[in-house]
Amino acid sequence: MSDETPAPPPRQSPSGREPAAREAPAQPTRSMPQASGGGVEVRETRIISRRVREFPEDSYTIDRALADGAYDTWREVLRRADVQWVHDEVKTSGLRGRGGANFPTAVKWESLQPDVWPRYLVINADEGEPSTFKDRLLLEGDPHALIEGVCIEAYRMSSNKAFIYIRGEMALAADRVTQAVADARSKGFVGTNILGSGFDLDIVVHRGAGAYICGEESGLIESLEGKRGMPRIKPPLPIHVGVYGKPTVVNNVETLCTIVQIMQMSGAEYAKLGVNRSTGTRLVAISGHVEKPGVYELELGMTFRDIIYDIAGGIRGGKKLKFFLPGGASFQWLIDKPEHLDQTYDIDDISAKLGTTLGSGAVMVYDEDTDPLMVAWRLAKFYSHESCGKCTPCREGTGWLEKVLYRMSHGQGRPDDMDALLDISAGISPDVMRAPFTQTTICPLGPSPVSAVASLQKWFRPEVDAACNRGNVRTRIEVNA
Amino acid sequence: MTLTPPGTPTEPPRDTPPGSPPIDPSGQATGSSTRLAPTTVAPSPRSERYRARVQEIVAQYPNPHSAILPLAHLAQDTDNWLSPEAMEEIADACHTTAADVFGVCSFYTMFKQRPCGRLVVSVCTNVTCLVLGGPELYEHLEHRYATDPDVFVEEVECLAACDRAPLMQVNYDYHGHVTHESAETIVEEYKSGVRAARGVSGGKSEL
Repeated sequence: MSDETPAPPPRQSPSGREPAAREAPAQPTRSMPQASGGGVEVRETRIISRRVREFPEDSYTIDRALADGAYDTWREVLRRADVQWVHDEVKTSGLRGRGGANFPTAVKWESLQPDVWPRYLVINADEGEPSTFKDRLLLEGDPHALIEGVCIEAYRMSSNKAFIYIRGEMALAADRVTQAVADARSKGFVGTNILGSGFDLDIVVHRGAGAYICGEESGLIESLEGKRGMPRIKPPLPIHVGVYGKPTVVNNVETLCTIVQIMQMSGAEYAKLGVNRSTGTRLVAISGHVEKPGVYELELGMTFRDIIYDIAGGIRGGKKLKFFLPGGASFQWLIDKPEHLDQTYDIDDISAKLGTTLGSGAVMVYDEDTDPLMVAWRLAKFYSHESCGKCTPCREGTGWLEKVLYRMSHGQGRPDDMDALLDISAGISPDVMRAPFTQTTICPLGPSPVSAVASLQKWFRPEVDAACNRGNVRTRIEVNA
Repeated sequence: MTLTPPGTPTEPPRDTPPGSPPIDPSGQATGSSTRLAPTTVAPSPRSERYRARVQEIVAQYPNPHSAILPLAHLAQDTDNWLSPEAMEEIADACHTTAADVFGVCSFYTMFKQRPCGRLVVSVCTNVTCLVLGGPELYEHLEHRYATDPDVFVEEVECLAACDRAPLMQVNYDYHGHVTHESAETIVEEYKSGVRAARGVSGGKSEL
């Protein structure tokens, strides 16, 4: 946890029974939680997901969006014509990128070199992390909020060209965003001389074609340039040398939708939500063995106990929790322990205390009957399949992890297999158990399955050893036998 | 300029599900399964509308090289696969070589370098679907459509709709909470035209 900027005083986490009812912010938000139905909705804080939830039938159409106040913020930004205002509001809000790296959005803008043109804005909608499905909700349900966010951010960074890179498999999302861009253009919100301001913006919707690695920002840029999506060595960062060698800001879909709301409700109001340096709300995608899987917009600072047992309705079939993945597939797992369940959903706190992160905003929950080896194997298989092949430790290592985990999870484990896993892992991510992980690769894909191995070692070593000592396989293979 | 016939390269296509038959150099599927049609299906001649769409796509980008992926989607939606001829066309439109286009397209799992029928059924078996019945669904459908030339069943990674696991896509339209029976019914409805399918690349055909 870095403390170079003074952190606001710690605030009471909004857990407990009290529905996120706070001193009502001055005026703006129709977005405060609507008590519409069961206990679940009361605990959500719907800001960016409000339009999707209130008008599930037609929230994606231009008519509904305009009737609901879409593009009002964009008009206001153009009317004021004050780039600094946009910057200051976002900076005050403390918004951190929602793609997984949690980098402060305003700080990213500040790194832009002032006099290099053209510059590009790229929206990362290549959501491929296992069990992460929050951006799809916005892409399919509220594309106009995304486009409004693109307009505002492009205006802030003086870019005339924005690319929305949508994951290839999300065909409906691509259709809706393409249609929304066309509608916005016909209404004059996108195009040349927007609303008479003299500002031009062209938005291109670009479909990926099924490669998880293109969600890594430099891999995405390579893919956008029409190449194999292999990540680039950094530095230079994309902010300096990005698409076509020009300065490029890459942002997540949720980040952009949040910017619109920040401009609407003011950065100071937004910063009142959340805890510590984790301000605002996040879309959390909950899946696995829970009663009510889905995407929920939660104020940061809830505990995992609230998220799993309250928001998601607890474990299916009255079973017990065994373990859960707090931040997508790439980080270390947590188990059914009070200090894990009572951990707050706070970006810095969780990495300081438990050595894992909130990552992409996915929470995967597994019940007592789940074999952790199977989950680890399937994750390793995923990373092995999706490794781009650029760095040897990842290309070879993830494949070996997958092979060893396959036999372990399918009843063919050998007594020294767990040690073999740790040994292979050390080649990809030296100091295996450490979090955040170290890496011998260009991008963090290689070390991702190592988190699963470290979790097995940390929490399930006796179970793994028992599974590998059933005596049905010889300890060593005699090479010349 | 010519390309290696698909299926022959040393590296097997990444979309080949485990257990599918080996491919011999003629491009014919060997073994008893006839799931893959021969690779001699010539792409249909391009219409004026198709050519106009190609120009439109290329013009969107500051550098024509960026248009490789969108053009490959377009060709695949039209031809039901990405043929060597289509890749040469793309190379011309993007001012690059066919080998470059082949190199790029072979990186991405969505591009099928052999004819794969009209319907691509993608079944997720990643972690959430793993514990909720994805692998069983995949095996069922794979077995059921093993000899159907119209339907290509593939195992895919997380499709980002885990709240509806187990999950499949038919030509990239989502169908969640499916059972073995309902999944089969859905595929049959697409086959008979009761449901309108997208192109095999998830877009619309521009013939």
